[in-house]
Amino acid sequence: MEVERRSLREKQVTARDLLRGDLEGDDLERYVEERVVTTTFEKVQNWARANSIFPLTFGLACCAIEAPISIVTARYDLARFGAEALRASPRQADLIILSGRVSIKMAPVVRRLYDQMLEPKWVMAMGACSSSAGMFANYAVVQGADKFMPVDIYVPGCPPRPEAVLYGFTKLQRKIMENADQGWRRRYGAYGTEEWARGGPRSEPSPEAAKAYENARRSVEELRQSGEPSLA
Amino acid sequence: MTERQAEVGMSTDMLETPPASTFVDRDATPDRDTEIMTVNVGPHHPATHGVLRLVVDLEGELVRELRPVIGYVHTGIEKSCEDKSYWKVIPFVERMDYVSYFFQMEAFCGAVERLIDLEIPPRAKYLRTLFLELNRIHSHLVWLGTTALDLGAISMLWYCFRERDKILDLFEMATGQRMHTRYFQVGGVIEDIPVGFEAKCRRFAEEMPIRVGQYEDLLDRNEVFLQRTKGTGIVPRERLLELGVTGPLLRAAGEPWDLRKAFDYLVYPEMDFKIPVGTVGDNYDRYRVRVAEMVESSRIVSQCLDALPEGPYIADDRKYVLPPRSELSTSMESLIHHFKLVTEGYRVAPGEVYYSIEGPRGELGCFVVADGSAKPARVHYRDPSFVNLQAFREMALDGYVADMIASLGMLDPILGGVDR
Amino acid sequence: MPDAPGLELIRGEIERDRPGAVLATSYDRAQAALLVDPARVTEVLTWLRDQPGQRYDFLSSLHAADYLPNEPRFGVHYELINRDRVERVRVKAMLPDPGGEKLPEIDSCVELFPTAEAQEREVFDFFGIVFRGHPNLTRILMPEDYVGWPQRRDFPIGGEPVTFTYSEQRYD
Repeated sequence: MEVERRSLREKQVTARDLLRGDLEGDDLERYVEERVVTTTFEKVQNWARANSIFPLTFGLACCAIEAPISIVTARYDLARFGAEALRASPRQADLIILSGRVSIKMAPVVRRLYDQMLEPKWVMAMGACSSSAGMFANYAVVQGADKFMPVDIYVPGCPPRPEAVLYGFTKLQRKIMENADQGWRRRYGAYGTEEWARGGPRSEPSPEAAKAYENARRSVEELRQSGEPSLA
Repeated sequence: MTERQAEVGMSTDMLETPPASTFVDRDATPDRDTEIMTVNVGPHHPATHGVLRLVVDLEGELVRELRPVIGYVHTGIEKSCEDKSYWKVIPFVERMDYVSYFFQMEAFCGAVERLIDLEIPPRAKYLRTLFLELNRIHSHLVWLGTTALDLGAISMLWYCFRERDKILDLFEMATGQRMHTRYFQVGGVIEDIPVGFEAKCRRFAEEMPIRVGQYEDLLDRNEVFLQRTKGTGIVPRERLLELGVTGPLLRAAGEPWDLRKAFDYLVYPEMDFKIPVGTVGDNYDRYRVRVAEMVESSRIVSQCLDALPEGPYIADDRKYVLPPRSELSTSMESLIHHFKLVTEGYRVAPGEVYYSIEGPRGELGCFVVADGSAKPARVHYRDPSFVNLQAFREMALDGYVADMIASLGMLDPILGGVDR
Repeated sequence: MPDAPGLELIRGEIERDRPGAVLATSYDRAQAALLVDPARVTEVLTWLRDQPGQRYDFLSSLHAADYLPNEPRFGVHYELINRDRVERVRVKAMLPDPGGEKLPEIDSCVELFPTAEAQEREVFDFFGIVFRGHPNLTRILMPEDYVGWPQRRDFPIGGEPVTFTYSEQRYD
């Protein structure tokens, strides 16, 4: 559909007619078509999710000075991507940025934080240490955070420049816009670590949720039986 | 005072220390139902000091017992160093206390230079001092930004990190990396400073005291800040000495102990700088001491730039120092030295040395044991935050939880150094 | 630092007051060290701290090193500072490895220098050296249920071998 350029006066008149309720027929149709975008609900949902990520204020070591502290400051502004609302509580956060080396004492804590986050949730392994233990191939560092939790995007560097983190962040945004559910449950066969929203770690899900969950789990089992290669 | 102030009940002088004991005296009300609640603070918490876990026994809002639990970012750096040749240790040790990376490099390089008895050229000494003081300003800026954030002065973070980005630009100009630059090597520094560095650095050093003045305008007489920091977290000077506390914490309590003046190392004897010393030893004094140190460090930076001599930036001894790359294509000995140094590394005669410098948090000491091979047999760091953390319990005991948070900020622990 | 003759004078005075405690002196690379019998470490530290002419009352660092394969194996180092004269002295105690399940022991100096509390815990955590008389000798940096003394020389460094995509298989 072609949009013809109209003068400011014409636009003012159309707007006035709309407000009065006088816009009819073809004029009304054209007005609406110019202002409405049709799409699927999922796309809008994913677009909203990607552009309003709430990161968790979680800093482990040196990378923590670059992010989350340095990327929210004025020079490398995370607010322009809609993510300046860093939440301290994992219940309110979407994205956990593993900024720093994960030691063996800290690993269960990180895992617990991740489990406490509500879905959809994403993980950015920032820096070399959380991606793959970096230079610390020793007894005290977990050799890569993806040994105990699913990671969606890896940002290399030691520490990565804030621009690199922002690049990783925008890449994650594009990933989310395509598909918010990164399918990590299917990838890792991770059933049984959820905490249902009815209270407490051992609470029961509602019947509908339980049925949906059971269906999903059964389909994954079938795929695994049939030898799906992407399921390890 | 105005009528309105009298009405509201403000005191005449907001700068006076509030009355000392506004806390509940436990013996005075024995019938009260006191219930001790144990609360776990951390290791993940909004206070941006790293993964420190505090197990706090609270009676209402008063802290009755405090047990810090550390080790959540223990990386085994000291053990890893035993497996690496001496120059490969340098990137490892600089990641311990991750805001003052130049200091860890200096401690290690100084210790190894003591072990092999290598004299570094004067230009390298001045460059090292310059970068150390820039790093000190950087560390104090990160401290001020995050501590003010904890106390509620949120916009300080943006102001401090604006200056911090300027310092990181300087580092990037000279070394190529913003953080963890591996700039100091045994024998000097790895590269000379580039052409525009001096002008940029000088402009920064002139501008820094003005910025510090602006920070002081924001916080020094701020009523909320004063109420939170004046009179809180006081530990007497003798107790701090017993606990082994060094650095700005000790100086805020009135003890003028600074390793830069006590043990002369690098070019500090030739620099003209003062050491700020506090009087009472509360959180406000600690804040004032560190802010004044930032100004003194900028003065040292200007003096280093003025006095920077010409000459080589790294020692000449090819047994320990890589030859310049331009020589590798012409001289056979250089090629052989380069090969030996890069593959095996240099061997150090057996011995052990403890070398300590004044870091932004206190005495940073490096203990190196050499056993004659190309790898150190033991590298241990005496980290100031690790020892200063023992004073935290006394700072926070019998005070409010909010004062505990203020004390934690003013203590300035960096958990990378605590846990190593 | 006290220079070499100064160090010998200190040793002589300790010999006079606490005979047999100091085993040797060493003045290496401008650092003064006293090698002390481990059973009498607290006596020497008390003497150094309280003696009117010495007054090394600031314990700057307490750390240990594993000198395997030399015997005795463990060395516990105390770095002392006299702040008025700005002098450092190091006290070194060498401990042999008892072998088997037993752990080497030495007296704790927490009453003398309260700063040693966390530092002795760290030495215990990494080397397994037990400090008799310490109020709370538990692991400080490693997880509480960790088995092994990581910074001993015979403890492996850990980590995992680097796998290459095309030559090794991670999943069978």
